[in-house]
This record gives sequence, C-alpha cells and structure tokens, in this order.
Amino acid sequence: MPAVSKGDGMRGLAVFISDIRNCKSKEAEVKRINKELANIRSKFKGDKALDGYSKKKYVCKLLFIFLLGHDIDFGHMEAVNLLSSNKYTEKQIGYLFISVLVNSNSDLIRLINNAIKNDLASRNPTFMNLALHCIANVGSREMAEAFASEIPRILVAGDSMDSVKQSAALCLLRLNRTSPDLVPMEEWTARVVHLLNDQHLGVVTAATSLIITLAQKSPDDFKTSVSLAVTRLSRIVTSASIDLQDYTYYFVAAPWLSVKLLRLLQCYPPPEDTALRSRLTECLETILNKAQEPPKSKKVQHSNARNAVLLEAIALIIHHDSEPTLLVRACNQLGQFLQHRETNLRYLALESMCTLASSEFSHEAVKTHIETVISALKTERDVSVRQRAVDLLYAMCDRSNARQIVAEMLGYLETADYSIREEIVLKVAILAEKYAVDYTWYVDTILNLIRIAGDHVSEEVWYRVIQIVINRDDVQGYAAKTVFEALQAPACHENLVKVGGYILGEFGNLIAGDPRSSPLVQFNLLHSKFHLCSVPTRALLLSAYIKFINLFPEVKATIQDVLRSDSQLRNADVELQQRAVEYLRLSCIASADILATVLEEMPPFPERESSILAKLKKKKGSGKLPENVNGNAELHAEEPAAANKASPPPPTEVLALNPTPPAAAHSLLVDVFSDLSAPTAVAEDHLSRFVCKNNGVLYESQLLQVGLKSEYRQNLGRIYVFYGNKTSSSFLSFSSWVSSSDVLKTQLNVHAKAVEPVIEGGAQVQQVLNIECVTDFSDVPVLNVQFRYAGTLQNIEVKLPVMLNKFFQPTEMTSQDFFQRWKQLGAPQQEVQKIFKAQHPMETDAAKAKLLGFGVALLEGVDPNPANFVGAGIIHSKSAQVGCLLRLEPNTHAQMYRLTLRTSRDSVSQRLCQLLSEQF
Amino acid sequence: KHMRFLLLFSRQGKLRLQKWFTPITEREKKKIIRDMTTLVLARQPRSCNFLQWKDLKIIYKRYASLYFCLAVENQENELLALEVIHRYVELLDKYFGNVCELDIIFNFEKAYFILDEFLMGGEIQETSKQMVNRCIEASDMLQEVRYPPTPRPVLPVAQL
Repeated sequence: MPAVSKGDGMRGLAVFISDIRNCKSKEAEVKRINKELANIRSKFKGDKALDGYSKKKYVCKLLFIFLLGHDIDFGHMEAVNLLSSNKYTEKQIGYLFISVLVNSNSDLIRLINNAIKNDLASRNPTFMNLALHCIANVGSREMAEAFASEIPRILVAGDSMDSVKQSAALCLLRLNRTSPDLVPMEEWTARVVHLLNDQHLGVVTAATSLIITLAQKSPDDFKTSVSLAVTRLSRIVTSASIDLQDYTYYFVAAPWLSVKLLRLLQCYPPPEDTALRSRLTECLETILNKAQEPPKSKKVQHSNARNAVLLEAIALIIHHDSEPTLLVRACNQLGQFLQHRETNLRYLALESMCTLASSEFSHEAVKTHIETVISALKTERDVSVRQRAVDLLYAMCDRSNARQIVAEMLGYLETADYSIREEIVLKVAILAEKYAVDYTWYVDTILNLIRIAGDHVSEEVWYRVIQIVINRDDVQGYAAKTVFEALQAPACHENLVKVGGYILGEFGNLIAGDPRSSPLVQFNLLHSKFHLCSVPTRALLLSAYIKFINLFPEVKATIQDVLRSDSQLRNADVELQQRAVEYLRLSCIASADILATVLEEMPPFPERESSILAKLKKKKGSGKLPENVNGNAELHAEEPAAANKASPPPPTEVLALNPTPPAAAHSLLVDVFSDLSAPTAVAEDHLSRFVCKNNGVLYESQLLQVGLKSEYRQNLGRIYVFYGNKTSSSFLSFSSWVSSSDVLKTQLNVHAKAVEPVIEGGAQVQQVLNIECVTDFSDVPVLNVQFRYAGTLQNIEVKLPVMLNKFFQPTEMTSQDFFQRWKQLGAPQQEVQKIFKAQHPMETDAAKAKLLGFGVALLEGVDPNPANFVGAGIIHSKSAQVGCLLRLEPNTHAQMYRLTLRTSRDSVSQRLCQLLSEQF
Repeated sequence: KHMRFLLLFSRQGKLRLQKWFTPITEREKKKIIRDMTTLVLARQPRSCNFLQWKDLKIIYKRYASLYFCLAVENQENELLALEVIHRYVELLDKYFGNVCELDIIFNFEKAYFILDEFLMGGEIQETSKQMVNRCIEASDMLQEVRYPPTPRPVLPVAQL
C-alpha cells in the first residue's frame, strides 16, 4: 500500500494535533486547547453558515479534545446536523461524535433518533450500518424504545445485505442486554434460529452471538438451535481449511464461529437424540485429535486459534460432565498444557482444570497432577499464573491431600505477593476447617497463618477459629496451650493477641495447673502486649481480664490494680474508660456466685456456614471458585447440627460474635463486639422531601453520605444510589440491600445490584436498584447499609423514597374530557378529600412545581377559579393502569388547602392523597 | 460474555484509543484507564497475556510501542480475545501500510471506524479480513474532498 494518508486528511486537524504534541507542558496544552475551543465556538456562533467540511473538521477537533480527557460542553448540535448530511464522511464523523459523547439531553436524542430513522429507511447499506452502529454504541433506553421493533425486521428481511444483517443481529443483542423488556423476540425466534443455516459465515457468527444471549434467558424458546449448531460445527470441523476461504484464520477453520457454536451448546444439556449426540461427540473427538497433529504453521496465531477451539471444546465437555472418556481425554490434554512452554497455555490449563476438578468423573484424574501444580506455585515467574495454581490446588483439595496442599500453601504464603496474600489466607483457613480430622491441626494452621501473614488475616478468619474452639471441647486445652506458647514470641501480631486474649479468657484455667503457665504468668504475658495494641484489642483484653478475675481469684487484686490505674480509669477513649470503670466496679461488688454467673464460659455458637467462604466468594466473584463437590459433602457430614442458614441478607455477618439477641447474663464477651458497633441508625425524615423530586441526598452522617438519582418510566424505575465515604480510611465489608415488608414484596419488586465490599477513603461507589411496580402499594422499602469502619460495625437503615406517585405518567386533556372523566369517577369510595393547614408559604409557583414533581400534568383553564390547580395522570403498574384526577384549592385567607382526588381505585386515591397533602 | 472495553496506550501510558462497549461514566472511565495503564505497564516481559482484574479478565499484548488491552467477561475465550487484538492490528496495518503509533494519533477517527467495522456492541462482527477491508475501502471511495497527505512518520508499530 502506498504511503499516502488515507481518508480525507483534514489538514486543520492534523496541524492542531501536531501543536498539541509539541506542547512542552500540561499548561501549554491546556492553553492551546482553550484557544482552539474559543475558535471553534466563535465559528459555530458566527453569522456565516459553515459548510459541511468545516463543520466536520471542528466536530472532529472537539472529539479529539474530548478523547484527550477534557470536557466538551458544546458542539453536540453541530454533530447532530452532520448526521443528516448526504456526504458519507460527514455523516460518519457525526455518528462517531454522538457515539463517544452520548448526551442524555432529550431534545438531542429526539433529533438523533430522527436521523437514525432516516438512515435505517434509506436502504443504503452503508448508511444503515452507521445508524445500527450508533444504536449499538449508545444503547440507551430511548433508542431501544424507538428501534427495538424495527431492527428484528431488518435482521430477517430477505433483501437485507449480509453486512446489514450482521449489524442488525449485534445491535439487537446490545439492546437486549440493556433493555430486555423492550426487545420482544417471540415472533422472530424461529427466523433468528434459522440464520444459523445462512450461507454467509459472517452472518452466522453474528447470529450465533445473538442466539447465545437469548438462549441464556429463555433456553426453551431456542432449543431448536442445538441441532443446527451441531450440524454447523460438524461441517466446520471436518472441512478442509481452504473451504472456508477468508474465514480460515492461520490455517484454522472459522475459529470464532466454532468457539461461539461451542459456547451456544454450553447453554444446554447434552442432546437427548442419540444420533445428534454421537455426532457432537465425534466433533469433540475430532477437535481433541487435531490437537495431537503437528502444527500447520509456526506462527503463534495458528496455535492460539487452534487451542482456543480446543479449550472451548473442553469447556463444553466439562459442562456436559457426562462422557467419562472425553473428560479423561480433556484432563490429559490439559495435563500436557500444564507443562507447555507457552505461559499462556499453562495459565489456561490451570484455570480449566479448576472446573474439571469439580466433576466426579475427573476429580481423581486432576489430582494426579498435584506435583506439577505445586511446582508451578514455586517456579512460575508470573504472579497471575501462580494465582491460578493456588486456585487449582484449592479446587483439587480433598481429605486425601489436604495436609500436603495446606502445607504448600502456607509455605508459599511466606513469599507470596502482597496482592494475593489475603486470598490465600482465606483459602487455607477454609481448607483447614473443611478437612480437619483433628482440630489441633486446624488450630496450628490458623496460628501459623497469623504468624506468617497476620496483616492479611481478616476478622472473619480469627472469629471463626474462636467459634470452633468454643464449640469443640476436645481442642480447648490444646488451643490454650498453643496460644500461650505463641504469645511468648517477643513480637507477635495483634491478631494473635486478640485470639490469645479471647481463648485464655475462656480456657486459661485448662493450663493453669502448670506453674509455667500459672494465672499470674498468663495475665502478665497478656498485659505485656496491652500497650502495643489498638483500642478494639485493648477492649477485648479488658474483657479477658474480668474473665480472669472470675477464673482465678488469686489474681483478682493484681487485675483490680491495673483497672484502677489512671491509664485505664481516665483513659481518653470512652469505650476503654467505661469498660475499666464497669469491670472494676463489678469485681468489687459482685459476690463470687454472681461473678461466676455473669462471666460464665461462652455457650456454643450455633453451627452455621463459615462466613470466610462468603468473604472469599465476594472477593473473587462467586463463579470463580467451584465448590468442591466431594469436599462439600464431607463438610456437611461433619457438621450436621442444624445447619443454620436462616440469615441470608447480611453476607458478612460478624459470625456469632454479634448474635441477636444477646442473652443477658452470658453476653459479656459477646458485647465486646456489639458494644463497639454503632447502634443502627434509622433515618426517615428525609422521606417526604423525595415525594416531589427524584434526586438528592438521602442520608448523611459524619462517616457516610448516601445520594440518590432516580428515573422512572411507566411501571419501571431505576435508582442510582451513591455511597460516599467521607472519612480518610476505608469502609470494609460494605454491603447494602433493600428490604421490604411481606406485603410490599408482592407489590413492588426491587432488585439491587451488588456493590464492592470496600469503599476507600474519600471514594464514592454507585449501586443500581431496579424497581418494578407490580400493583399499587403504600409501604416504603428500606435501604440497609452495613459496613465496618475502624473496627466498628455500622448499621444504617433508611427508608427508600419509592412511592406510588413515582409511577405517574402525566396526561394532558381538554377541559371537556376532564369533567367527563371526573363525573365517571363519581363513586364515593373513588374520591378522597382532605382539608389541611398550609405548612409552607402559599406560593403559586412553588405549588405548581410540587404538583409537576408529584407527576401529574397541570391542566390550565379547566377550573373556573384560576387560583385553583387541576391535574391529571396515570399510575402505571404491571397489573393495571389507574387514571387519576386531582384538584387543589388554596385558601390564602385561611392558610388552608382543600385537596380532592379521584381515581378508579380507592387504595390509590388514599395513598396519593396522603403523600401529596404532606407537601404543602 | 462479551468484551467490555478496548484501550490502546503507549509505553509512557498515553492513551491512544478507547472503546467502551457498555455504558459507563466518565469518572469510572478515567479510573479504569489509570488502573489499566499501571497494571499492564508494570508487567514483566514474557509474562502471560492474561490478568484477572475484579470480575473481568484483561487480555493485553504489546505491539512495538503500543499496548492493546482488551477487557472481557470471565467466561470469554482468552486465546481468541488475543487474536481479536491481533486481527485488529492486521486491519490497521493493511489500511495504513505498516501502521505506527503516529498513524493512530493523527488518524484517530479512522482507527475508530476500522474498529467499528470489526467489532460491535462488544461482539465480533466480521472475522474476515477481506470483508472488513472491503467495507473500509468502499467508504474511503465515498470521499469527496482530498487534501495533501499528512507527512508520514516512520516507527513501525507492527512488524507482522
């Protein structure tokens, strides 16, 4: 190709880009950009109409500036103008600008949609493709609404060009992902599936992508695609590579399509039809066989494409999990890859084997590779590969190899990258618990974890070890002895002090007979760590001391002296001071009997699922770590006692150390934690502020700000909740969810997307809530927020402002219509009237704004008295639409209002009246 | 199960192209760009081309002075994602003739157009190089104004 600049070389643009590149400093760049922005602004505002070329050039410059990371607040209109140019390059730049700088400005969206509509109707394939691309790039609901019915038609139309069909399929796929409710596919299903037979492989590829997404949502509708996919795949696999012409990629036949077909088949179980099933098995065998053939090219592209298909075939084999021979072959193939010289393949083999390990057919076969995987853990240079090795060891672990695997992981932990230490700690903790035959091994392992990687041992881990020790009396003496020994180390991690303090406080008596660990020695040992510890640990130690007073009367005086010292009784920290005062007082006035009752040994914790597991899942995304089938079975066999799974919502419940409700007499140590948790804050006074508006700050404390942005359309709503951390340190174990009363659950669906468990200091995260109004309702859902800040669990409950009026659609109507309907709604229960005193100044504009915010259309000139307000709207719910008319009559003299509402449903009238009357 | 974004940046961490396949705020984009450049530029040579990042898989590859960095959802086929990058480089190369970083800087809009012919909505639209090239050439034929070419710098990006 000659060295010519392609395209239409906009010279001014090239000069501008050169200028920017020549800028010596950021300031110079900003200066140059501001100059250019001023220039473009004046051109756009100038009297002289710009020609298409200039407009294109300036729009392109704005785009460039935006992509450099600067804000652009004008030029959208000019870009929209370009869309209707009949010159291709101008149109193209216009679309590019719109795609990159989507603006939710509704006026523009309407114009853009218009231009798209024209291009879709143009029958010019190039223009149609541009328009489809724009829809796919922007993908907003407005666009989905405007075009979702048009695009399937284009996709299946007999006269659509192939390239247009491809674009249409993917455009539809994109809209289906964002607004599935707006893309009804029922009537098109058969014809879309039929596209798998298309002559053009590009069309088949695009259609397969679409069908995969649709089949995942409604597998039954697309069942017929299975046989077509098998047939197509079989044709590709057995074809000579030249047959497929340009769809052959480095001597591999249509790798993209093959992988997509294999992926589509993973949406379904193995075919029941035996002929079809054996045809598929043949395909998979052929793919496995090809892997053994010598490569047709030395290029890495060839082997990548070939192995991509191979690995996808293996994924399908694992998914079906039904053909033992294929599974074993797959496992052997991956075993080869484990030792491959290509790092990428080793990485992928480790990853695939993780899923293979969970199949009962191949679990044993995977285990034979344990030495290779352990050596990968030790020798791989790349941390992401080592991480996969850890994952695989975790997945292949069972009772037979648990000790070896845990030992290797602990060894690796000493040198592991900081980025993956916490995860390894969690995994070791889980495996040690799951496969512990004797719990001394478990205790040793956890203490080792704290010794090696104390900073990475999260609360869940050390809470868990305490739970287990408390619940198993066979290990309590050993645990006390072991923590006592571990605490001898001159420098030990604070987490060890916590575990040590708690365990000695409960079970120190079990080792007190030995003079080397007499009560006084134990106490002195703990207290020698006291001054190095943080406030929460000190609080815990103080509780251990009061437990000591009960266990060992002989050290009572020593401990009372400590509690009495100024550094305790006058400690600047309120929590510590309070504990010192109360414990001292308790030890002075309570009789031995009372002390023994109050400070009795902790009762066993209810058996429950380890929250470490929840934490690990949260950390990795739940799909990542398949639960080992065998392992799980063993776990349940071992802990049959009332698997207490009754409390799903807060995923990081503070184990049982913060149970509800605390049994008064037994709860002293329990309270070590619950005292530190801030009481649940319930805020609801903000609620009425949100009746007539959708955005604003919902809740604010010294730590946290919760902001809302909501949008509603018909019976659907979406709320963006913003959680801002106002402090400089992180919020940990952050979770938030929405709860509703039982009644409300049947009336309103609220789906909250998950949020990251950590909010860094000063950072803000966003959560999306999707809302569907099923039928009219009057309760209010509650937003629950929970997180850990500086060791303290914070609970916040805020009423979430989702009220019935949010699902209003304003309705304009003539005076005549209004009165006609008003009469129709004349039944006594349909009307609600309320007369009430004005709470705010009675201003006409403010009242109008509130009524509009409430959701109704204001009808002018309907009421003979111009001071009165009349409005109309429709409440949308899934089950019904309820028309609503209202009239508000202010009486400024009396500072009163009279509000009258008429709707076809009395519950709606009641609720709306209640909501609106509080606003004035 | 699709691509989430594609970023091209230089060894100095200068962003050359950004394509987002799902709606995402400007603020988040900036954060992701920062994360990706630090993460990928810190990788040792001869490491594997895949990274786990949050719930996404990052597939990256360096061509001369440019890093191509593609984020896909977790079940996506990594090796083929690597070849998506390669195919895009081939397309750029075919169009510009020995493409280099400066081509992409000065003709950024073309780089976007070529990408749009190849990928759509995070899915591969056309895997045939001939087909894509034909589309791009056809659209170049639709041009109406020609200006003197911009000076072509040397510095090949992709020696294929």
